[in-house]
Amino acid sequence: MAKKTPEINGSSLADIAFIALIFFLMVTTMDQEQGLQRRLPPMPTDEQQVQDNKVNRRNIIQVKVSAQDRVFAGDEVIVEMSQLHDKIVEFLTNPTDDPNLPEKQEKEIEGLDHPCLVSKGVISLQNDRGTSYSKYIEVQNELVKAVNTVRDQFSMAEWGIKYSALDEERQDIVREAVPQYISEAEPKDTKRN
Amino acid sequence: MAKFIKKDKGDIPAINTSSLPDIVFMILMFFMVSTSMRQTDRMVTLTLPEATEVAKLERKDLSSYIYIGTPTRQYQAQYGTDSRIQLNDSFKTVKDIGDFVAVEREALSEADRQFMTISIKADENTRMGIITDVKQELRRCSALKIMYSARKAGK
Repeated sequence: MAKKTPEINGSSLADIAFIALIFFLMVTTMDQEQGLQRRLPPMPTDEQQVQDNKVNRRNIIQVKVSAQDRVFAGDEVIVEMSQLHDKIVEFLTNPTDDPNLPEKQEKEIEGLDHPCLVSKGVISLQNDRGTSYSKYIEVQNELVKAVNTVRDQFSMAEWGIKYSALDEERQDIVREAVPQYISEAEPKDTKRN
Repeated sequence: MAKFIKKDKGDIPAINTSSLPDIVFMILMFFMVSTSMRQTDRMVTLTLPEATEVAKLERKDLSSYIYIGTPTRQYQAQYGTDSRIQLNDSFKTVKDIGDFVAVEREALSEADRQFMTISIKADENTRMGIITDVKQELRRCSALKIMYSARKAGK
């Protein structure tokens, strides 16, 4: 009978595997991609530009960020960011039915048993070429926060839970009832440079 | 010596570790599959702005990145300290974005193309001028889904 080959010691296999594992653990990028998602408006044709002008004045709030990073909302100077937040919330909800604030339209939403009032408000964000990116993002963030506050209000009134805690289906309903219309306005001074 | 070899009846036998490599290999496989190695070397200094209302990007594989910032020190002699756009592995101008988007779009499957997101990773000290130019160029080549990459700030 042939000599029996000794069994290969496999105990170091685990160590080798561990080294490879640690290598992959280190090179893996687990950082999640996060940020503020936006949809840019398509390049306008001449026809659309005419339509844009037809939007009622009261339905638009102009938020401007100047080259010195100063923020204006409507004709008001914003010193504190919470001021902008409150102004946008007021603009979107229009609690007193002020004729200078956006009109609301009654709308049937699928999945909701009663029609609700949807604001026609559009936030128009304008910036200068000299505005710093961090300020711009800060303002964008504040606008999203304001919209989320209004969504929370709506969701609390309907179901008694916050918007972020809702399931996908009901989030869609809220998104329809409180749309996030943030228009990043056509830059006015691109042709200058 | 016999007393070392002898097997007591009541002793707990040593745990068989021969399946340990298998387990480790399984974890290893998981990491190998899920790893996406950083494809581009960043050539710009980048501190993302902070935001509280950030949303996560659902499909990371559908996103393309545009880096905007000042070149890192080793490139400053060549490219200066002004904000530059980096696409893939080189500094480019706004005009090259069209080609970049076309190539990135081509790389995706037909069904996924409409979900392509351009992630703008810009340094917080960048001026909006260059970002506005980038945005206009993206609109021109109808890559309308964008994301301003930001860090999550504590509330």
